[in-house]
Amino acid sequence: MSARTDAFEGARSVTPFLLGVVPFGLVYGVTAVDRGLPPTVVAAMSAIVFAGAAQLAAVDLVARGAPAVVVVTTILVVNLRYPMYAASIAPYFRPFSARWRAVCAYLMTDQAYAVALTEYRENDPDVDRRLWYFLGAALALWISWQVATITGILVGAQVPPGLSLEFAIPLTFLALLVPNVEDVPSAIAAVVGGGGTVLGSNLPYDVSLVVAALVGVLVATLVERAQDDTPECAAADGGDES
Amino acid sequence: MNYDLGVLWLVVVAGGLGTLALKASFIMVVGRVDEIPEPIERSLRFVPAAVLAALVVPSVLTVDATGGALALPTVGYSPKFPAAAVAALVAWKTKNVPATIAVGMLALWALEAL
Repeated sequence: MSARTDAFEGARSVTPFLLGVVPFGLVYGVTAVDRGLPPTVVAAMSAIVFAGAAQLAAVDLVARGAPAVVVVTTILVVNLRYPMYAASIAPYFRPFSARWRAVCAYLMTDQAYAVALTEYRENDPDVDRRLWYFLGAALALWISWQVATITGILVGAQVPPGLSLEFAIPLTFLALLVPNVEDVPSAIAAVVGGGGTVLGSNLPYDVSLVVAALVGVLVATLVERAQDDTPECAAADGGDES
Repeated sequence: MNYDLGVLWLVVVAGGLGTLALKASFIMVVGRVDEIPEPIERSLRFVPAAVLAALVVPSVLTVDATGGALALPTVGYSPKFPAAAVAALVAWKTKNVPATIAVGMLALWALEAL
């Protein structure tokens, strides 16, 4: 199959996701301008950071006047899922040249990762199709994201104040949060992360978000480990030496 | 927003470079470390839940954090809390981001109008 066909099929595979990506980009653009960020910075962040949830979190913190170090750290913590994606897709990217791998890394998103990995696992495509399928999917998302955020910026300047539009930011995060609470440990991660951020909000430099999130991850990990150990201990009934 | 424009650009560039480093990590480093060690991978699974909740919860309550670093903040009611609860129900039932935002905004406007 030609590169063009492969890229087209990749792009087509992400179209269902655009229903979520486009409104997300609009919300980002509208609220960022609504909260007083300069439009050029808002648009540039979409191209430079290119990670929706992190961008929305950054806008929220900048608008509240959080220190720059906290904003950057929050962006990185929100994006900690990317090394997981990179590790699982890296074997399929290995034959690409370093330049193409760098391009693919920059274009990586939740959605591009999901559709590409599904295609790779189900159909075991050759190297060329792997590259072009990913580029088609990822570039379609990239273009949609830039167009949606710029549209949001233009619309945001026209939106009258007093509509509580800033509430769209936590609502977007909430919509992403709910499917991530899938068992007891992940629910504990959410409770500790959310509750801890509120309880620690008197701490200086707005560090409570990052600290509470990391403590939440730690507690959830320990709880999961304890869960895993319990049935083994019961089964071994004292015979287990570990 | 009272943020120095130069600092804001610095935040964007640093956030972008850091994000690219995280995205490129295992894709660019070939052959040395092929996989994230199992214990770390299991912990990373909890990052979205913890971070997203940390972003949501303070935004749906009225938090007065002016009491000094050693005091607990005063947490009060906000109409955003019940609106968010309704939105969470929509998110759980539909897994649809635009629907969640729409219902949450409508719920907030309704509660504020009461």
